[in-house]
Amino acid sequence: MTKDKRELARRQDKAPIATAWDYAPAPEARDIVKIQERYGLFIGGKFVEPESGERYTTIDPAREEPLAEVAQAGKADVDRAVRAARDAFANGWSALRPSERAKYLFRIARLLQERAREFAVLESINGGKPIRESRDVDIPLAAAHFFYYAGWADKLEYAFPNRKPRPIGVAGQIIPWNFPLLMLAWKIAPALAAGNTVVLKPAETTPLTALLFCDVLRQAELPPGVVNIITGDGRTGAELVSHPDVNKIAFTGSTEVGKAIQRTLAGTGKRLTLELGGKAANIIFDDAPLDQAVEGIVNGIYFNQGHVCCAGSRLLVEESIYETVIAKLKRRMATLRVGDPLDKNTDVGAINSKQQLDKIGALVQAGIDEGAEIYQPPCKLPERGYWFVPTVFTNVAQSYRIAQEEIFGPVLSVLTFRTPDEAIEKANNTPYGLSAGVWTEKGSRILAMAQRLRAGVVWANTYNRFDPASPFGGYKESGFGREGGRHGLEPYVVLDDA
Amino acid sequence: MATAPVLPGGFELPLEPRLPRLGSVDAVALEERAASLATRSIKREAKLFALDLAIRVMDLTTLEGADTPGKVAALSSKGIRPDPSDPNIPSVAAICVYPNLVPFAVERTKGTNVKVASVATAFPSGQSSLEVKLLETREVVEAGAHEVDMVIDRGAFLSGRYAQVYDEIVRVKEVCAGRAHLKVILETGELGTYDNVRRASLLAIAGGADFIKTSTGKLPSSATLPVQLCMLEVIRDVHEETGRVVGMKAAGGIRQSKQAVQYLVQVYETLGLAWLTPDRYRLGASTLLNDVLMQIRKERTGRYQNPDYFTVD
Repeated sequence: MTKDKRELARRQDKAPIATAWDYAPAPEARDIVKIQERYGLFIGGKFVEPESGERYTTIDPAREEPLAEVAQAGKADVDRAVRAARDAFANGWSALRPSERAKYLFRIARLLQERAREFAVLESINGGKPIRESRDVDIPLAAAHFFYYAGWADKLEYAFPNRKPRPIGVAGQIIPWNFPLLMLAWKIAPALAAGNTVVLKPAETTPLTALLFCDVLRQAELPPGVVNIITGDGRTGAELVSHPDVNKIAFTGSTEVGKAIQRTLAGTGKRLTLELGGKAANIIFDDAPLDQAVEGIVNGIYFNQGHVCCAGSRLLVEESIYETVIAKLKRRMATLRVGDPLDKNTDVGAINSKQQLDKIGALVQAGIDEGAEIYQPPCKLPERGYWFVPTVFTNVAQSYRIAQEEIFGPVLSVLTFRTPDEAIEKANNTPYGLSAGVWTEKGSRILAMAQRLRAGVVWANTYNRFDPASPFGGYKESGFGREGGRHGLEPYVVLDDA
Repeated sequence: MATAPVLPGGFELPLEPRLPRLGSVDAVALEERAASLATRSIKREAKLFALDLAIRVMDLTTLEGADTPGKVAALSSKGIRPDPSDPNIPSVAAICVYPNLVPFAVERTKGTNVKVASVATAFPSGQSSLEVKLLETREVVEAGAHEVDMVIDRGAFLSGRYAQVYDEIVRVKEVCAGRAHLKVILETGELGTYDNVRRASLLAIAGGADFIKTSTGKLPSSATLPVQLCMLEVIRDVHEETGRVVGMKAAGGIRQSKQAVQYLVQVYETLGLAWLTPDRYRLGASTLLNDVLMQIRKERTGRYQNPDYFTVD
């Protein structure tokens, strides 16, 4: 026994000291998803060939590999889709008992939950976002939106007391590539709940989950034409916007395109809601819970590679804690795991497209040229695919482009302030006004700040939190109209006097 | 006419120590971060690394009224050589026992690297006089315990008598100094808030703790991932500001390998690789070991073995 023990002791003294703990790859299986070689347009309850005859290739941005051929809908295709929607609206859907409409929405929500893994994997393959986010955020929230609005469908008169709500007709909806299925849910759920029919165009680079969603509609036995999904680039969107028989346009995307849409619609009587860009201030006071605030900063800007319109891309730190916060932030950034979106341990995935990668690169270069100090943690990027290392700029002046323009990438600009007034002034000093964050232990200060911040959403001691019951939307050039909550029904109803 | 008392000569307002940045903790965000780290998927080599480490940093514990010298001897043997059929399995870090059983654990572990830890200071409640606590500490140190796990006086802490808590830690530390490592148990399940956990952690570290430890294991709510994260953040702040290294021990309720891996991942991603050694991190557990052994065998052979192949001690 003693000899044994001595031997053990010797061996333990020589026990190797680990130099690294590399997490082994933990990829989510791709084979749950079946991607077709080519897709048509989903019009009138079935897939049809595009009359335009045009197609383009959608890719996996993490591998730069083609995934499928999708249709580029032309003028005639858009017209066909709108007619299908009008037909469905006039012949049944708008007159359906509201409780029946609710049943369809509940069914869709449940089917999304049942097929959640399939949708999550496809979302990550086509969009580049980490599976952890599509699995834990995008898909569950999308299902939650359908559940939420299913509940409103037969209670609309309670949403608008003393008014008589009725549907407005055909809604044309154009959504972005950053949260493809979630944005689809934000658009479709309230429209259907209120009795409208829909023509939806997913973003050019991320059409696949929307096309898979058509299969959910088939399973739910939604009447044909109630939801039509047409793919294509900006030209398709423009056709949809200018189609004379569309009653309402809902657009989420860039401020530039939003302005163009508003110009097109001027004088047409069509309704419009816009959810556009942002350059949110995330404000850290010196009494904030610092380690949690750092988590909030990271979640605010590196969540979904910074492809978030409400991203906390301008960090405002009270000067007395500036150095501590930056040190903590840099250390935290070094632990971010960038890489394969399908790896369950990935924190930051691939940039959605080459075009977006170039735009981020150009703005970061502008930041360097203007004299800001750049920090990027050491980070091994895959050879193929579109990637950008999480980046933070310090020594940023309010006048720099990186403090003014929306970068829509994993790039944070840090500014400082000395008093709450200065924080407000700097936070509001932007053409945008979508969201803001406040970090402080002091409840009264949270309320005072929230009142003075010109932003549609103000998060306190958290960031990037979403709930179907909570309205979301912007001030100023971040758009108008609200999505989510009771407010989200309003753009989809005409209110008559009771 | 009354005059204001004159300040004694050379008096300076000790401003710095009066404005300590204790820092606050946001419960929602802390729990969110802990939950997010718990989703890390640790596979194959990375998992084997974690399981091996879990044994190396384990304080194999028995703290029962029914403990006997025989039970402690059996547990010590298990700790020295957890799996007799596999020479690659390391020994645990320490055997953790009640004070009167220290001599038996010391005897059985002599000549090995396995340390003996003893609870002390009227464990688990800490409801006794300082004299008794110091006496108990002195006894276990003299009996050969390498490590002392003391409890703080939660009654004093919760009624705001921080100085008393601090003072007790300092006095116990004096007894241990140079002879035994001091782990200070906060019993976080009784502290109520993460702010209190942070405050108690700082107090313990200021008092001279070599390790701060979550729980006695005698309460229904013991170590949790957010509580450990809260304490690790204190350790990190102290290390950043002063360079002082303080160890962490999570104890109570950690029964499965999966949990152990989650705790280790959290340490790794909060404090880095440097803390993944028995000198800086411990897992206190009584029933975890066999599950870890079973998981190691499963990783190596691809299949689960019958539990009867692992000794119950």
